[in-house]
Amino acid sequence: MDSTLNKIDQDFPILDQEVNDEHLVYLDNAATAQRPNQVVNALTHFYQTDNANVHRGVHTLAERATADYEAARRKVQAFINAPEPEEVIFTKGCTDGLNLVASTYGEANIKAGDEIVISIMEHHSNLIPWQQLALKKHATLKYIHLTDDGELDMEEAARLITDKTKIVAVAHASNVMGTVNPVKQLAALAHQHGAVFVGDGAQSVPHMKVDVQDLDVDFYAFSGHKMMGPTGIGILYGKRELLEAMPPYQYGGEMIGFVHQFESTWAELPYKFEAGTQNIAGAVGLGAAVDYLNNIGMDRVQAHEKEIVNYLLPKLEALDGITVYGPQEPAKHTGVIAFNLENLHPHDVATALDMEGVAVRAGHHCAQPLMEYLGLTATARASFYLYNTLADADRLLEALQATKEFFNHGSRETK
Amino acid sequence: MGLEKLNSLYREVILDHSDHPHHKHALPDATHKITLKNPTCGDVINLDIQLSDDDKISDIGFTGEGCTISQSSASMMTDAVMGKSKDQALHMAKTFSDMVMGKQHPQADLDELQDAAILSNIMTFPARIKCATLAWWALQRALLKDDSTEDEEKGAI
Repeated sequence: MDSTLNKIDQDFPILDQEVNDEHLVYLDNAATAQRPNQVVNALTHFYQTDNANVHRGVHTLAERATADYEAARRKVQAFINAPEPEEVIFTKGCTDGLNLVASTYGEANIKAGDEIVISIMEHHSNLIPWQQLALKKHATLKYIHLTDDGELDMEEAARLITDKTKIVAVAHASNVMGTVNPVKQLAALAHQHGAVFVGDGAQSVPHMKVDVQDLDVDFYAFSGHKMMGPTGIGILYGKRELLEAMPPYQYGGEMIGFVHQFESTWAELPYKFEAGTQNIAGAVGLGAAVDYLNNIGMDRVQAHEKEIVNYLLPKLEALDGITVYGPQEPAKHTGVIAFNLENLHPHDVATALDMEGVAVRAGHHCAQPLMEYLGLTATARASFYLYNTLADADRLLEALQATKEFFNHGSRETK
Repeated sequence: MGLEKLNSLYREVILDHSDHPHHKHALPDATHKITLKNPTCGDVINLDIQLSDDDKISDIGFTGEGCTISQSSASMMTDAVMGKSKDQALHMAKTFSDMVMGKQHPQADLDELQDAAILSNIMTFPARIKCATLAWWALQRALLKDDSTEDEEKGAI
């Protein structure tokens, strides 16, 4: 194990507590990560020292707040290697960013008969905006399905993406199965046919090095809270020429050039898409999260999670009566693992694990079409992050064993 | 503490109801039908109720899938309301939803719920209250619907 990463515990006091008389093992990172002291302190410092509204005051605090806000934007720009800070738009979160693209770029460019291609493993946030856009515009929504081992069927993708395709929108990493999708290849396919590619980076940016120029994505959205930043802040990256041609998302303060009684002009990028007072402290906190990740290094974050998955996955798959969904090979997995225990509903499993101090998610993970496709109503899901350890993986395995024994005990029949 | 705390929730009687649910079958000609889903977990219950001319529940059945708590709750609910009048059944549904929210009710009300009263323990597992109430919510909705034969699919929360 990476010894430095084992010492970061002290940055996360929330992890040092007992739940149900057991030491907490937090394995719900795909839902939201925990925040290190550095992020919490950055929020406190901002509110106690620099807080003011940005871009409109001439006083000193307003200047400081503006500098903090724009510094955070440049940190994110460097983190994802966006060419320019103006291409980095602050949003409420990943969902907000994807809705922004659907309701501005989509609204302006999709016509009846056009096609939008997404995948069956999409989170609802990268599915419903395109589904509703297609319904409204009488366009056709098409789904790329999966191969037997839970990966995107790229042969089908090549067939589905044609000159009729105007938008291709796919998650970089699945929030259910932990599959990493070949986003660079998909973006190239889209571009061959004159379509734009929209990447959902919610489950990738926190866990791996993402370079939007190398991937050549046209739009790329992600959330702050899954990468240890605050909730309510996210990022939409978009290529300048596309963003400039798009109509605004919302109207109001800050996003205007000149406002007359019967017409208005819009602010330059990125402010055209940042109407109203933004989540300034959230942006500052996200900047601190980026600093934190950079200090460790995304290569090490990824290697650390890989080590846990390499250790855990074979042991998990060896448990009697377990089904692990998605790729079975550790090399093809992020730290997100969905599974079910035979004859047990995942909610019962999650309650039992919680009694053992192990926090996992159970449900459809906002991916109902994927669940339907897999013939499931719900799964349990364990998801790891940089502060998790091999000992946490052991605790999960032990708790699963105890859960099985509990429910198979006594009068409970084994089916 | 660990899993022993679970015993308060998953008592033998609950596990027995979920393993061998009572009245788990459809009533094709039922007078009242409803399908409810719990959108947070995907659990679904189809509840069929046969009301007699004098507004008594002469038969009741459910199908669907869900966790141990939702399945056993549905089984215990059907046991408890069988033969009861529509008004009595609605009163029991109210008692149940009050009970799981920690509101006090006279002992006679709780006795009426039979096995279902055991689920008052669900209060200590707030994340699972919805699992326990789904069947009772379906009962209430089915009995109060204007058009009693129309099937509907709605989120329970």
